[in-house]
Amino acid sequence: MPHKKARPKLAVWKFSSCDGCQLSLLDCEDELLAVAGAFEIAYFLEATRAQSKGPYDVSLVEGSISNVHDAERIKKVRADSKTLITIGACATAGGIQALRNFRDYEALVRAVYARPEFIDGLATSTAIADHVKVDFELRGCPVDKRQLLEVLSAFLNKRKPLVSPHSVCLECKLGGQVCVMVAHGTPCLGPVTHSGCGGLCPRHERGCYGCFGPQERANTASLSRQIAELGLGERELAELFRSFNANAEAFRKEGDVHERK
Amino acid sequence: MNGNDLRNRTIRVNALARVEGEGALHVRIKGGKVEDLSFRIFEPPRFFEALLRGRPHTDAPDIVSRICGICPIAYILGACLAMEDALGASVDGPIRALRRLVYCGEWVQSHVLHTNLLHAPDFLGYQDSFEMAKDHPGVVESALQLKKAGNLVMEAVGGRAVHPVNTRVGGFYKAPSKAEIGALAAPLRAALENAIGSFLFFKTFEFPQYEDDYVFVALHHPTEYAIDRGRIVSSTGLDLDVAEFETSFAEEHVAHSTALQGVMKGAQQPYLLGPLARYALNYEQLSPLVKGLAEDAGLGPVVRNPFKSILVRALEVVYALEEALRLVYAYVEPDPPAVALTPRAGRGCGVTEAPRGLCYHRYDLDAEGRILAADIMPPTSQNQKQIERDLLGVVSANLTLPDEDLRWRCEQTIRNYDPCISCATHFLRLTVERA
Repeated sequence: MPHKKARPKLAVWKFSSCDGCQLSLLDCEDELLAVAGAFEIAYFLEATRAQSKGPYDVSLVEGSISNVHDAERIKKVRADSKTLITIGACATAGGIQALRNFRDYEALVRAVYARPEFIDGLATSTAIADHVKVDFELRGCPVDKRQLLEVLSAFLNKRKPLVSPHSVCLECKLGGQVCVMVAHGTPCLGPVTHSGCGGLCPRHERGCYGCFGPQERANTASLSRQIAELGLGERELAELFRSFNANAEAFRKEGDVHERK
Repeated sequence: MNGNDLRNRTIRVNALARVEGEGALHVRIKGGKVEDLSFRIFEPPRFFEALLRGRPHTDAPDIVSRICGICPIAYILGACLAMEDALGASVDGPIRALRRLVYCGEWVQSHVLHTNLLHAPDFLGYQDSFEMAKDHPGVVESALQLKKAGNLVMEAVGGRAVHPVNTRVGGFYKAPSKAEIGALAAPLRAALENAIGSFLFFKTFEFPQYEDDYVFVALHHPTEYAIDRGRIVSSTGLDLDVAEFETSFAEEHVAHSTALQGVMKGAQQPYLLGPLARYALNYEQLSPLVKGLAEDAGLGPVVRNPFKSILVRALEVVYALEEALRLVYAYVEPDPPAVALTPRAGRGCGVTEAPRGLCYHRYDLDAEGRILAADIMPPTSQNQKQIERDLLGVVSANLTLPDEDLRWRCEQTIRNYDPCISCATHFLRLTVERA
């Protein structure tokens, strides 16, 4: 029976990104049709030609702001959205493309494009929250699809999403995973990285590379000292923090410390 | 609309839907002729090649994975192969078999997302697969299950479907257990039945009449349908080692696109990568089941109608599932899971068949194994010129269609390529101007 009550309007927006986080929604193969039943999919270019005008009840925003056009576009998306949720490392921290923030931008453009005058970019790639008010940030490069469903479900039920703020390190402990740093001497960002992946890298016998970004109150300095004892130099330490969440504050500052040395 | 309006108009698609990334199309028709046509990519550039400079070669696979969330394995493996080439290592045996398995998983999830959920609605006149699901619930539900089978492979081998973590230069961090890989057999067998059903459904579609005399380019291997290794061959007789790619191919930067466009040096027309090219150049290497399905559908060994690319992709899904099953049954845990490599200065190239076509990587390394220079040519950027040529052909053949129908037909023409604009910049606004 079709329910008479209007369904909330969902919009999915893309800024500078790889499309992987919106794909995570399409990757919810068992739940996708239920999501499409619970929401009116009002704007989702990757999935549909149909577009209805705002305002939208909830917008999912993927990608970072890296050019003048997008810096303006996000303001319009915010104005059209009652709730705005950012998904993924690009939208919450600037993404891998924020590595440009630490380089000479003009030189980067010249390195890739023969005709730099055709490119209209900003010297930095930044998080959506640096430009407009954001109601909830979901981390990850990519986001975890179960967490994405939890965020949508919480929205429908008018409650706060249950997304634990603890570290990847704790996820390993909870999962009974042998510590790769203690047992194998493998550098691991797990102690300072936001949970959500379930300790995926340590489960594959590699160190966490921080794709969910810093947890709250991350003690990066202490972790750096431990990792330095494993034999990593300053340049390697800087590189460890300079990846998919390089522009997230705690990682940026720690990266700066080691880059200066 | 009167005859004069049809002869002079502008068609625009400001933001192309059902593709990955941001692009636009602008067509100006004057005096009953296409005066100007551009397929514009406006996805902001992300400068991967420049950001890789100075990083250890071991960082490259994880970083380039982020070029595309839909085909991360194509980037990961291209980078791994190039680094291994630069460091003088060759990786074969069970590691290579596991790489081919995860790549089959990527082909399945990427192709099925496109054929069943993004492209099929064009043939049936739906805005999207959600609308299609109301009339054909079984079709969409089975498509989702088919896509899921591809992702199961990605997860079992790579740890997760988007940006797998288990892959590295030299091989894998951890070999999946025989039980973990064996558990894929049942869902893959079910998916194979499902994939055949999809192909038989697509076969009933009406296809717009259009053909081009394409120059096909793909990897070729004598004994297998080339995915992760082979020589670069073309329908015009090229036969190149991977390291010789740049002797025949280059990139151009044009004003309307943030994606560099691929060109074949000295050629009079653009070239085509992807399913139609692979199928034409590697038909002999397909399985008896796939060839039988193709023959029953009247396809022949070369398909020149780009709208039938949906059929060829569906055949490739059948092939990838058969191949994945073969690899699952034959699986031996690689021990060690990765080949040890010693850094040295040098240049290395890597080429694989991404779902959308041939993807080229080249890196220069210093003595410590740090990246001095990187160059990546994704398939969508190489296909841009051919996409524009198809559009010109399709618009010229359909000048009597009203704007909305012509706009949709143009979108469909672009979707024939399953274009990944995120990759190419590294989708689409159609503007049709009938002046």
